[in-house]
Amino acid sequence: MDIKLLAVALAIGLGAIGPGIGIGILSGKALEAIGRNPEAAGKIQTNMVLALAFCEAIAIYALVVALIIKFV
Amino acid sequence: MSISLAAEPIIHIGDFPVTNSFITGILGTSLVALLFLILTKKESKLSYFLIRGFYNFASGIAGEKTREFFPLFFTFFLFILFGNWIGLLPGVGSIGFFEHHGEEVKFIPLLRAVTSDLNTTLALALISMSAVQYYGIKHLGLPYFKKFFNFSSPINGFVGILELVSEFSKIISYAFRLFGNIFAGEVLLAVMATLIPVLIPAPFFFMEVFVGFIQAVVFSMLTIVFLNIATISHGEEVATHGH
Repeated sequence: MDIKLLAVALAIGLGAIGPGIGIGILSGKALEAIGRNPEAAGKIQTNMVLALAFCEAIAIYALVVALIIKFV
Repeated sequence: MSISLAAEPIIHIGDFPVTNSFITGILGTSLVALLFLILTKKESKLSYFLIRGFYNFASGIAGEKTREFFPLFFTFFLFILFGNWIGLLPGVGSIGFFEHHGEEVKFIPLLRAVTSDLNTTLALALISMSAVQYYGIKHLGLPYFKKFFNFSSPINGFVGILELVSEFSKIISYAFRLFGNIFAGEVLLAVMATLIPVLIPAPFFFMEVFVGFIQAVVFSMLTIVFLNIATISHGEEVATHGH
């Protein structure tokens, strides 16, 4: 049981590192772009949300794996 | 605290298990359909602005093909939006009955958010990707398959295999993204409500409202983006990149 909890924690903990870095870089760059060209804010925002969803999906995969280990 | 990864069957009709998320899906869909019947009958400003706004948003992505794709896009959006939000209503997930399995007692809620069932999200993903293939073939004809089976050079052949695999991985990615987000939200709310039941869960409810909206937008937007990519022939793509 203890090993199982450790597995859950490692799965989500390690799985969240990559998407965390990715989302940070992505929003940073998007804000930079808006700062340089405020007229394009709408277009940048749409694409940013789309890319964020892709990025976040990876964290969600880790979460789903963690939940499966925990509850199944 | 009772959390179950799979939707629980309430009753069985023959061999067909009627799960709680299925019941919620039927209830929610009929409510939304009723709402829009009333809204569109009176030609209200609300439905006009809602549909107009989303039409403009979609035409920013798909251009002149928006007219063709918009019904699918907006249906996905509404179904997923209300499927996500219905799980946040009081009573959904909290009203139910206890089932005895020998020693252990299990709580079975009567209603459950539509999209927090992997079957629902997988079905939506399959519909979305099937529509992408359908419109791709409809617009480009047989040359559509040149994307997957291209033997002009070894590199193109390998790219084709990658495209083929990515088409299947998109289904899985769609299904798990939506399911994971909504299910994780439910778990988060349950955990917060057990840890500190007073006031603290309120901001998380707001966050879940926001997440539900964003996921609905993302799902429908990805659908229309993939539809748009699938219906652009290779020549056009080069031409648009050229100028």
